[in-house]
Amino acid sequence: MPAAKKKSTTKGSPAENFLQAPINANLSSEEKRDLYRTILGIRRFEERSLQAYNQGKIGGFLHLYIGQEAVAAGVVSLMEENDHIITAYRDHGHALAVGMSMNECMAEMYGKHTGCSKGKGGSMHFFAPEKNYWGGHGIVAGQTPLGAGLAFALKYKGLKGCCVCFLGDGAVNQGSFMETLNLVSLWGIPVVFVIENNGYSMGTSLARSSAEENLAHRADGFDIEWDVCEGHDVFEVREYANRAMTRAREEMKPFLLEIRTYRYRGHSVADANHEKYRTKEEIEEYKKNKDPINVLKAQLLADGSLTEEDAGKINLEVKSEAEAAAKFAEQSPVAPRSEIQTDVYWEVDNDTSNSLKGTYFFND
Amino acid sequence: MPLITYREAIKQALAEEIEHDENVCIMGEEVAQYNGAYKVTEGLWEKYGDKRVIDTPISEAAFSGLAIGASCLGIRPVVEMMFMSFSYVAIDQLFNNASFCRYMSGGLMNVPIVVRGPANGGTNVGATHSHTPENMVANHPGLKVVCPSNAYDVKGLMKTAIRDNDPVFVMENTLLYGEKWEVPEEEYLIELGVANILREGSDLTIVAHGRCAMIALKAAETLQAQHGINVELVDLRSIRPLDEETILNSVKKTGRALLVEENKPFCGVDAQISHLIQLKAFDYLDAPVHRVSAIDAPQIYAKPLEDWQIPNEERIIEGALKCLA
Ligand SMILES: Cc1ncc(C[n+]2csc(CCOP(=O)(O)OP(=O)(O)O)c2C)c(N)n1
Ligand SMILES: [Mg+2]
Repeated sequence: MPAAKKKSTTKGSPAENFLQAPINANLSSEEKRDLYRTILGIRRFEERSLQAYNQGKIGGFLHLYIGQEAVAAGVVSLMEENDHIITAYRDHGHALAVGMSMNECMAEMYGKHTGCSKGKGGSMHFFAPEKNYWGGHGIVAGQTPLGAGLAFALKYKGLKGCCVCFLGDGAVNQGSFMETLNLVSLWGIPVVFVIENNGYSMGTSLARSSAEENLAHRADGFDIEWDVCEGHDVFEVREYANRAMTRAREEMKPFLLEIRTYRYRGHSVADANHEKYRTKEEIEEYKKNKDPINVLKAQLLADGSLTEEDAGKINLEVKSEAEAAAKFAEQSPVAPRSEIQTDVYWEVDNDTSNSLKGTYFFND
Repeated sequence: MPLITYREAIKQALAEEIEHDENVCIMGEEVAQYNGAYKVTEGLWEKYGDKRVIDTPISEAAFSGLAIGASCLGIRPVVEMMFMSFSYVAIDQLFNNASFCRYMSGGLMNVPIVVRGPANGGTNVGATHSHTPENMVANHPGLKVVCPSNAYDVKGLMKTAIRDNDPVFVMENTLLYGEKWEVPEEEYLIELGVANILREGSDLTIVAHGRCAMIALKAAETLQAQHGINVELVDLRSIRPLDEETILNSVKKTGRALLVEENKPFCGVDAQISHLIQLKAFDYLDAPVHRVSAIDAPQIYAKPLEDWQIPNEERIIEGALKCLA
């Protein structure tokens, strides 16, 4: 890959020293352990959901985030009051990172009434607007104009904040994303696009889908600042994302941040062929050297903010939380059939005078 | 009451709502500095400035989606499609995101946007610029759609659409923009889901929407004068929600129904209404339900042929006579 010509002018810390970067150096031991808990929690939650999927308890698709956890955890840990996030269908990590409960997420995948969307959205469509999390979107790149819109609203209302909109390396080739890049640059909209470049869109490697493999370079065509970093070290993610998010908030400007990461599992669990389009060695290599959990654990053990004992305890806690979530989901009821026709129109759900006239639902 | 154009009525509605709610903003191609491709927004940018009246690049998917995202945080964007035909490049945003986000979030989100613009043929511009997608919109639970046939209706419905907390499409018509109707000076709103009986009658019910309602009104006068047929004309105004009651009451009274629309017939709005009538007014019918729709082919360019392809007075009269045969 050709060397990236960094367009971003924001200065950061030297590459080897992310833990010492101010945004990380100020973290308390407790905050660092929280990051560890978030990342480990996502991993254990998804492992448990995989088990449920294999038992036939979860339907549809299951796009696992395993391997990429430090990206969502790092970015979300930087969110301020008026910051918002939105992502695609590989959305469990972001959901847990913003503080959605394992129970509501697991129950959603089981299609239960207690799920975050009452069983109406499924794995790809988690939402928590009160936590500034706007989904969970199933159409590749379809969320990118929405992310721009959330940030547009901040600017319109004069609020200081930004929207971080995640997308995949395959999503960059959608027209809607390219249209949106132009629009946000033209209008000065505080959105940070984070490309979670895991090297593959389903079974297609980056080299086979994008003519220019340095995806962030596309920003140049729209006069947008960009940067590239690695996604296995949560402190590196925080350092780069912080620069992008701060700039968006302070200067009302968009940013394109490409984060190189990796997914261990297939595109979705249905993708049984994922060792055909990539080698076992490639997967093992990443797991061995760049696993976000191991990397973080080693750093925290070394700087004394975590002991082996703490790590063991956290592991047991998140594991049993995931187990309890599966039990909760299992025992929860499916919504009654009458729920099929609720949550379609706000005016109808809220029984306003606007909803009194005319037929809204056309039943046989 | 002042006589004003359909165009002026829309502009008044937009201006009033901009003043009424600081979160209302207009966006679309050429809406601001150029004064609108059809001059609907003329003068609004000058008066309300860059924040409220926003020119966009030619990126329907991006600005529709942006409007949806912004509406999640309480902005109430009114998105102009230069032609509704161009909404087709934004289908994912409008027909997935605007319509389904509320549902897929289990009711946590709502999308208070308005999508407006001309949706009509009859303008001699060929198939890519002549779509009437109110049937497509109505096919997406979560969306609402209105087709105002005159200046009074378009003003009242537009204002309601902007205040509504769900996504509403307002289908306008370039052939109506220059036509005048009486519109009161004092403020008024028209509820969605309420049809308007444009003419009372006893022999035949004609159900129409949009400009077809106005053509049907002329046809009804001719039917009375030349054939002694007394037509009751129901102007739907709102497609979804739909005023089923007014349709059914009229058909029960007259025993006959002619359904007129500019849509192509297959899965047109009137296919649904025809189903409704046979299901709920079967015993009252003295004749089969007939339809006059656009002749089923892509919109033709040649003007004399296009004028025949979409419903006109002659074809409506022909259809009415079939109902009474
Ligand atoms: C418009 C559209 N086309 C195709 C798909 C099917 N699809 C779902 S995910 C995906 C690959 C996307 O890859 P990438 O953007 O790299 O994200 P990742 O899955 O790696 O997170 C495809 C082709 C879709 N959901 N939407
Ligand atoms: Mg990918």
